[in-house]
Amino acid sequence: MSSKEWPLWEVFIRSKQGLNHKHVGSLRAADAEMALENARDVYTRRSEGISIWVVESNNVFASDPSESQEFFEPADSKIYRHPTFYDVPDGISHM
Amino acid sequence: MKEVNITELERMFQEKIDQDIKIEPKDWMPDDYRETLIRQISQHAHSEIVGMLPEGNWITRAPNLRRKAVLLAKVQDEAGHGLYLYSAAETLGADREDTIDDLHTGKAKYSSIFNYPTLTWADMGAIGWLVDGAAIMNQVPICRCSYGPYARAMVRVCKEESFHQRQGFEIMMTLAKGSPEQKAMAQDALNRFWWPALMMFGPSDGESKHTAQSMKWKIKRSTNDELRQQFVDVTVPQAEMIGLTLPDADLKLNEATGHYEYGEINWAEFWEVVKGNGPCNKDRIDTRRKAKEEGQWVREAATAFAQKRAARKSA
Ligand SMILES: [Fe+2]
Ligand SMILES: [Fe+2]
Ligand SMILES: [Fe+2]
Repeated sequence: MSSKEWPLWEVFIRSKQGLNHKHVGSLRAADAEMALENARDVYTRRSEGISIWVVESNNVFASDPSESQEFFEPADSKIYRHPTFYDVPDGISHM
Repeated sequence: MKEVNITELERMFQEKIDQDIKIEPKDWMPDDYRETLIRQISQHAHSEIVGMLPEGNWITRAPNLRRKAVLLAKVQDEAGHGLYLYSAAETLGADREDTIDDLHTGKAKYSSIFNYPTLTWADMGAIGWLVDGAAIMNQVPICRCSYGPYARAMVRVCKEESFHQRQGFEIMMTLAKGSPEQKAMAQDALNRFWWPALMMFGPSDGESKHTAQSMKWKIKRSTNDELRQQFVDVTVPQAEMIGLTLPDADLKLNEATGHYEYGEINWAEFWEVVKGNGPCNKDRIDTRRKAKEEGQWVREAATAFAQKRAARKSA
């Protein structure tokens, strides 16, 4: 048996209270507990985190970059979702 | 997906690169771009890992507890650098196990500098100051590399490297201020590591076969000679400051250009070391192989333990 059989884990770190967990990289580990400990040693040697998530890479479903144009099109065509779409006359404030 | 031919894809790819849009793992990329990156990133990873050995040699013999704790932390960082880089290579489809096997069979290269022995404690100073210093010069531009995961790994690495260089310089400075024997030890380490450190930037631009394409793809952002010159320019005054002499009779400041001119690098020696005939090549690879073999039971135990834990959970 070799590390080849150890799954790949994606590592997410919350750097401080109030911020999102953010993807920082990946590593190999036999199971989730080991992945957490390895993530601590590999990615937080200088107190970069107060909380870690590890997710087996197999369980990440990702959008396809070659289809991103079609995939995100619904948002691109709706410019009226942005405040800059609307004219506000001079003299109007607090809006 | 619409039918798009390869030339069109390549044109779009280069356009993204030219606009400084990063390439991410699942994006389309030319095979050569992928292969070049896998080669470069895995070589870099191997260098971090093999790079632990010359310094590991002195951990148990550090002169005091502070130096020992610092050296241990530095070597641990290098292991971390290797791991960031192996996982960056994996995002390109490289198999980690195969990558490591390529190092162990001698198929893959790593930085030639780590094939020199560390004979005295002063070598810990010379390595931190010069070798990590040169590595920083090389790595800072890679933070802007076109491949996202490599660039991000380099940002982490560069943040950590600056302490490596400072702790090395501190060792050299302390020895240089010490007894005549200590100063001589520092000078000797500098004499031995100076030229190999200059070789770390790789062959001269005229000889470097990958440079042009790598620059076009923004995998490389400066040429070997540019980086080497930058390194010489910043390091010479540092040596002067602590009263050490660089082992190069031809070294002189060109007042007109503001750059230091340096003597001829012994490229024959460089190529010998790259080919595997340096003083420690065999020893380094044997040590890595042995570490893998002797760690086999640990990996097996960890796998068995994980399975046991999973079985208990599902029961
Ligand atoms: Fe490093
Ligand atoms: Fe490095
Ligand atoms: Fe380093």
